[in-house]
Amino acid sequence: MNDAIQFFRTPRPLCLRDLCVDYFSSFAAPRLVLFAALFALAMPAAAQTYAITGARIYTLAGPPIEGGTVVIKDGKIAAVGKNVSVPGGARVIDGKGLEVYPGFFDSVSEMGLVEIDAVPATVDTQELGEYNPQLVAATAVHPASEHIPVARANGVTHAVSVPGMGGSVIIGGQASAIHLNGWVMDEMAIRRAAAMTVNWPTLQTGGGGFGGFGAPRRPFTEVKQEYEKRVAALGEWLDRARHYAQAREKGSADKFERDLKLEALVPVIKGELPLLVLANSDRDIKNAIEFCEKQKVKLIIAGGRQAWKVKDLLKQKNVPVILRSTQSLPVEEDDPYDKPYTQPGELHAAGVKIAFATFGGDNSAVGSYAVANEAGNAVAYGLPREEALKAITLYPAQMYGLGDKLGSIEAGKIANLVVTTGDALELRTQIRYVFVNGVQASTDNKHKQLYEKYRARP
Amino acid sequence: MRATVNREGKLEKGFIPRNLCVLCVSVAILLFASPVLAQQAGNVTVIQNATILTVTKGTIEKGSILIRGGKIAEVGKNIAVPAGATVIDATGMYVTPGLIDCHSHIAGEGGINEGSLSVTSMVSIEDIINPADINIYRDLSGGLTAANVLHGSANAIGGQNAVIKLRWGKDARGLLFEGAPPGIKFALGENPKRSNFTPPPGTPRRYPATRLGVEDVIRQAFAEAREYKKEWDAYEKRRAAGESGLLAPRKDLRLEALKQILEGKRLVHAHCYRADEIVMLIKVAEEFGFKIATFQHVLEGYKVAKEIARHGAGASTFSDWWAYKVEAYDATPYNAAIMAQKGVVVSINSDSAEEARHLNQEAAKMMKFGGMSETEALKLVTLNPAMQLGVASRVGSVEAVKDADLVIWDKHPFSVYAVAQKSLIDGIVYFDRKKDIELRAELEKEKKALLEKEKKAAEPPARPAGAGPGRPPGGQRPPGGGQRPPENKPEETKPVVGSGPVEVRP
Repeated sequence: MNDAIQFFRTPRPLCLRDLCVDYFSSFAAPRLVLFAALFALAMPAAAQTYAITGARIYTLAGPPIEGGTVVIKDGKIAAVGKNVSVPGGARVIDGKGLEVYPGFFDSVSEMGLVEIDAVPATVDTQELGEYNPQLVAATAVHPASEHIPVARANGVTHAVSVPGMGGSVIIGGQASAIHLNGWVMDEMAIRRAAAMTVNWPTLQTGGGGFGGFGAPRRPFTEVKQEYEKRVAALGEWLDRARHYAQAREKGSADKFERDLKLEALVPVIKGELPLLVLANSDRDIKNAIEFCEKQKVKLIIAGGRQAWKVKDLLKQKNVPVILRSTQSLPVEEDDPYDKPYTQPGELHAAGVKIAFATFGGDNSAVGSYAVANEAGNAVAYGLPREEALKAITLYPAQMYGLGDKLGSIEAGKIANLVVTTGDALELRTQIRYVFVNGVQASTDNKHKQLYEKYRARP
Repeated sequence: MRATVNREGKLEKGFIPRNLCVLCVSVAILLFASPVLAQQAGNVTVIQNATILTVTKGTIEKGSILIRGGKIAEVGKNIAVPAGATVIDATGMYVTPGLIDCHSHIAGEGGINEGSLSVTSMVSIEDIINPADINIYRDLSGGLTAANVLHGSANAIGGQNAVIKLRWGKDARGLLFEGAPPGIKFALGENPKRSNFTPPPGTPRRYPATRLGVEDVIRQAFAEAREYKKEWDAYEKRRAAGESGLLAPRKDLRLEALKQILEGKRLVHAHCYRADEIVMLIKVAEEFGFKIATFQHVLEGYKVAKEIARHGAGASTFSDWWAYKVEAYDATPYNAAIMAQKGVVVSINSDSAEEARHLNQEAAKMMKFGGMSETEALKLVTLNPAMQLGVASRVGSVEAVKDADLVIWDKHPFSVYAVAQKSLIDGIVYFDRKKDIELRAELEKEKKALLEKEKKAAEPPARPAGAGPGRPPGGQRPPGGGQRPPENKPEETKPVVGSGPVEVRP
């Protein structure tokens, strides 16, 4: 295990990092501007004023602006438009022929919590115990994770890192919204508590696992009983949190015994913190909606592989869905072969707010940058392109209550931006510049360093 | 083994009425098979007005392809339509060769990993082909027309492969790519040494447990195979000389397959990750005088591309999977580009029924990571895997006399917005998006009727005595059997978290 740790923490000369930014671009880039910029490139540097000029800007707050300018100042978008003047002292990036988008948001990930999935020492997603509302993902997000620069170089500027997804856990803990750049968590955190993770209990009668080593089959009635017990227990936790909040408000401080678990659930029952409920089948989604309505708590459905079967209910109850993946196989053997591709368009047409995310896992960073790919696939099967863009930028921000801070290019919002050589959803498009929290961030990463090193092998 | 689990495994799926699925699959086969039945292999078809990405002879705008007897008879700009020919108008569309997946596990009935021994060269995927696996159709719908169905990676020397064409609706034999050279799976590194695998309670650990042991197992096996071959060669020689009364040596099915490798008659497809183990296998192969056809996964291939190229092996890798285990931590999406630059024939494979639905997109990424040209990138999923599988004279490019395995796309296949419209194999349309959509209402009706029937059958009075619970009366099993173990259904797999059953990783 020690070997593994050393293996992935091998130090690299940092000075090499920035020098290979964009070496691989096949476009005649404004190299001079780029190299000038490199000297000032650091992981969060002092606040700087930038102006990206002459670019096509997809603000997602209106039609695209041709030949527009974005001004970034003090970490925020200071101005955007066709006739925006460049402030004195601003570093100018010639955006001619380039496109500017809000940075991609992987809204359900395990960024920084998993380095190598098969090595438990590098995995901080699975705590013991079934109810862990007190745990906060940001506590263990590893700022030096190699996954972060890989995701960032491919256009992902921020993510929600989710603890305790999967397994037999019911309350996984607090998911944290983070910028994908920074030396320490304090510089990275957008919101430490962005949602409370809940794995909706599923009715599974057995199977799974590899080569028949999965759980043995159990009778449905037994499984159903267990399911109901779990849902009831989840309800009890929220009820207890409600009593706890009342006691805290009304009781005297010296008689009050602090409970960190219930304390963490108070924002949930107050409707301030949404439940991020992982549910995939139509039945689980329906049950989760009923549960949250009864409990009067905010709900985001995550996963939603059969959300299309309950799209009217989702619309009626105004419940947003973060979709796991367009690049997945249909759930049932007799589903249309393209159901995962068509579902986003169907949900949109029904008026359901959707986002695309990759749910971390073994391919954390690679999965994260695939969000654009996944959104693009949905466009091929009926989702309007602008909606696809919003589903990886603005909509997930809104779901977490961050819609006023992130997700579109508007004055006053945090400057998380990507500058590309073309359509951001296309596979061949290069990411040219990335801005995170108002700072131009390095697009170098482990993948590119290995490329440079071994390409040069004699 | 099934990397789909990497992407799919974390969430539980919904409830599936199993019996219903089995029924519907059989219905689906009948329905989807109908266009196939309507066509005859001898028929003449012309695809017109397409942008043809030939792979070997550039791009032809507004081109036509004449198909006769399942083969490409002519490719060009002005081709006269013979009388009676079926015309497919592909105005505004793109045509590519059918995509080829050099690492797949679809269509396997039951387990594909005989993990009880470290050398299982006697078992074969050919014996467990399940033509009713719905993933055949799903992959076909993404433009895939041929696949190298491999044994799992549990053993240093695994089982024999089966190269198939995705002729959905045909029986097991009908799927086999006739004339494709036989092959076999080898595996190096974490999987054969069982690094991430907890044996079921009471089971003893299995040799090897280190990369040293993996080499030893392979060398030991070939030392035996060489003796075996010597014995047989001597016998054959004496027999050829006309000696009578000879007693043939005892047949050993395990060594028989290895003998074929030594004779150059069976292709070795070696699962591997780290640079050192790749070089190790090259040395072992050269010691015993055989060649590795492909290194599979080969995520550190870029570190020893020179050695791979010198040996003459191909490399079949993922576009960008990374970091799911230690030996995948030095993976980089630039792998394919570096290996190709250093003279290795490279393909991009799926190892996953899901990934195989969009190999065109995985190839497109290689233009971004390492700046491959469009043609070089397209070769990664067409001509190069065909070369690696020894079938390049038959498939992999749009050229006269090759098999008419073609895909018609509505946009350039490297665009994220492209959707495969038709997949042809041997000139026969096995997937037609328009027809698929048209059939959905019918399928839905059929499904409802079946559900009703099942409901009625479940009512006590209607139930014939002795009928097992839940087994639908009249329910037909699709050819090859419909029930498959969980590893064929990644979306059903229990959440894999942290130290979970890592064996499911490629």
